[in-house]
Amino acid sequence: MAHDSGGKSFELKAVLRDERFWKIAFQVITLIVVLVLLSFFLGNLNRNLLQQGRAFSFSFLRNQAGFSIGESLIRYRPNDPYWRALMVGLGNTLTLVAGGIALTTVLGVVAGVASFSKNWLVHKLSRLYVGLVRNIPLLLQLFFWYFAIYGTLPRPADQISVLGLAFLNNRGVYIPWAGSAVLAMLGIGATVGAVIAALWLWQWRTKIRIETGVGGQAQTIALAVLGLAWLAIVTVGMNWTIPEGIEGGGVAGGLRLSREYVAALTALVFYTSAFVAEIVRAGIQSVSKGQWEAARTLGLNAGMVMRLVVFPQAMRVIIPPMNSEYMNLTKNTSLAFAIAFPEMYSVATTTYNQTGRPVEVFVVLMATYLILCLLITLVMNQLNRTVQFKER
Amino acid sequence: MRKWGLLAVALGLTVAACGGETTTTTADGGGTTTGGGGGSRLGVVTGRGQLICGVDGGIPGFSFVDESGTYSGLDVDVCRAVAAAVLGDAEAVEYRRLDSTERFTALSGGEVDMLSRNTTWTISRDTSVGLEFAPTTFFDGQGMLVRADSGIETLEDFAGQAVCVETGTTTELNLTDQMRQLNVDFEPVVFQDADAAYAAYDEGRCEGMTSDKSQLVARRSTLPNPDEHVLLEVTMSKEPLGPVTTNNDSAWFDVVKWVTYGLIQAEEFGITSENIATFEGTENPDIARFLGQEGTLGSDMGLPNDFMVQVITQVGNYGEIYERNVGADSEFALERGQNALWSEGGLMYSPPFR
Repeated sequence: MAHDSGGKSFELKAVLRDERFWKIAFQVITLIVVLVLLSFFLGNLNRNLLQQGRAFSFSFLRNQAGFSIGESLIRYRPNDPYWRALMVGLGNTLTLVAGGIALTTVLGVVAGVASFSKNWLVHKLSRLYVGLVRNIPLLLQLFFWYFAIYGTLPRPADQISVLGLAFLNNRGVYIPWAGSAVLAMLGIGATVGAVIAALWLWQWRTKIRIETGVGGQAQTIALAVLGLAWLAIVTVGMNWTIPEGIEGGGVAGGLRLSREYVAALTALVFYTSAFVAEIVRAGIQSVSKGQWEAARTLGLNAGMVMRLVVFPQAMRVIIPPMNSEYMNLTKNTSLAFAIAFPEMYSVATTTYNQTGRPVEVFVVLMATYLILCLLITLVMNQLNRTVQFKER
Repeated sequence: MRKWGLLAVALGLTVAACGGETTTTTADGGGTTTGGGGGSRLGVVTGRGQLICGVDGGIPGFSFVDESGTYSGLDVDVCRAVAAAVLGDAEAVEYRRLDSTERFTALSGGEVDMLSRNTTWTISRDTSVGLEFAPTTFFDGQGMLVRADSGIETLEDFAGQAVCVETGTTTELNLTDQMRQLNVDFEPVVFQDADAAYAAYDEGRCEGMTSDKSQLVARRSTLPNPDEHVLLEVTMSKEPLGPVTTNNDSAWFDVVKWVTYGLIQAEEFGITSENIATFEGTENPDIARFLGQEGTLGSDMGLPNDFMVQVITQVGNYGEIYERNVGADSEFALERGQNALWSEGGLMYSPPFR
C-alpha cells in the first residue's frame, strides 16, 4: 500500500473506510501469511534434507522390505518391496475400520436407546458405561483389553472351548469361517447386499401401507424370499470350517483372529460406542415431546413410536456427528500399533526406521488417512441427504 | 462438490507419492551443502553448557533410571565421558529417553546431540539413514530368550510359534532373515515399546523374545521369575553397538569418536581413575601426549588439551566402565569376551593417539 498520498489522500481515506475493501484485504493478507509460512517451512525442510545429503524421493518404496508382518490379508513375504508392506498395513487398518464401524454402530445405538429405557438397571448400565469409558484415554483402554482381559486367557494348552464352535486362548480367538477367502468375500457381500435390499423393501412396504392402508404383500413375500436366499447362501454355500482343538493345545481350521486384532477392535468399539451413544441420545432428545405424544395418541406402542416417528427424525441430528466419530475411529486405529497390531502406522514406522525417510513416509501416511476420512465423509453426506427434510 | 475437489487433491498426492523420483528440491546452488563449516554441534554443546544425550533408559547395565532418577550404565557412561571431555563436567548431561522408532529422527532433527543407546552399526544406517557411527563400545549378538519348560531348543522349533520383538530394530530384520534361511514359518509380534514386548512375552503371548544377548540377560533380571527363562544357544547376528552422531558434522563426530577411543586407549595404557595422578609428568611420550602434557591433540579438535584427564578422572577407562556396569562388579557378570582389549584377545582396539 505504497500509495502516493499527495492529492489522492481523500480517495485513500474513502477506500480505507470501505468495508468491502477490508473484506478483500484481509483475505489477501491471510493468503500471503499462509504462503510465506508454507514456503518458510518447505524451504527449511529442503535445506535440512540437503544438509543431510538427501533428496525428497519416493523411490525407496520399491526396495526390498526385509521384515516380516504377523498377519496380512494379501500375500506378503519379507522379500517384497516396501510399498507392498505398506499395503499389508493398509489392509489390516481397513479390517479394523470396517469391523469397528459395523460394531460401533450397533453397540452405540443400543447403548444410546437404552439410556431412555424405563428399566432401571438397563438405564443405569447405559449411563455407567458411557460415563466410565468416555473418561479414560483410549491408549489405556487398549492396554487394558490387551494385557488385562485377553492376556489372562489361558495358554493354548488349556484353551477355552465355546460350545465346540469357537476357541479362546491367549494367542487369539478362533471362530468358524468360510472354506476359502473367495467364499468369505461372497458371504460378506451377500450379507451386505441382503441388508440393503431388505431395508429398501421394508421402507417400500411401510410407504405403501401408510399410503393405502392395505397391500404390501408383494413386498412381504419378496422379503421372505430374500431372507431364504441369504440363509441358503450363508448356510450351504459357504463351506463352513469349524475350528477344532488339537490335543496338547492349538487349533486347526476356522478363522483365527489374533489377540492383537481382537483387543484393538474391542477397545476401539467400546470407546467409540460411548460417544455414539451420547450422539444417539442427543438425537432422540432433539425430537420434540409433542411428536411422542401425538404418536402415542394414534395408538402406536413405545417401540413403534421410536421406530416410525422419533428415530427417523432423530437421524437428522445423529448423522453429522456420527461422521466425525467414524473418522475418529479410523484415525484411532493407528494406536493399535501400541499393542503390536501390524496396521498402517506400525508398518510405516518400521519402514521409515529402516529407510531413514520419515518425511516421505509421513506424506504417504497423511495422504492415506486423509483419503480414508474423505471417503467416509462422502458416504455419510450421501446418507445425510436422504434423511433431511425435503421441503417443497 | 468441494468434497470431490478435496478428494481429487488427496488422490493427486497419493499418485505423486507412488510416482517415485518426485524430487522437489530447489536448485540450491546445485551442490550439496556440506554442513559443519558454519555451525558444528560442538559449538552448540559448549554454548549450551550441557550435552543432550539420547539413551534407551530401560536396559539395566546399559542405561537405566533408578528410583532417585539417576541414570547409570555403560551407554550412560559414554555420554558422561563426552560431557567430561567437552565441558569438563561428566554431570553436565541431559538424558533423553528415546525408543527404537524415534531415535534417528530425534538425532537428525537436532533434538539430541548424540545417541548412546544400543544402536547397531549397519551400512544402511551409515549411508542411507545418514548417521555416523563412533567406535563400538559393546560387541553383541542377537539371542533368543525362551521359557525353560517350553521345550524349545533350536530356532526350528519356532515353526508356527510366536516371537516377540521390538520394532525399528535390526533384530526385527535379523530374525526374519534367519527364519527365512531355515524356512521356518513363525509369527512376529512387533511392539514399539520394549516394556510392552517383555510384558507380552512374560505372560505367554510369545514363545520367544528376541533381542541383543546383553539386553536379554539384563531384562531377564527384571522378569518376575528370572530362573524360569533361558537363552538359546544361538547367535543370530553381529551387533556392534556404539554412540552415533549425524552425517556431515566432522568436527562433532571427531570429538565423540576420539573420546570413545580414548576410553579404550586409557585401559591399554593402564591409566585408571585411581592411578591417573601417578602419571603426572610421565616420561612416556605417548602417555604425555594422551594426557595433554605435550602437544595439541585436544586443541586440534576444539577441546582442552587435557580432555582425557577429565574423562578418566570423572568416568574411568573402558575396563572400569565395563566391570562396574555389566562385568564382574555388576549383577550380570558378563565375561569380557569379544569386549576385551585387542592385546588380550578381544576386539577393543584404538588407533594411535599421536
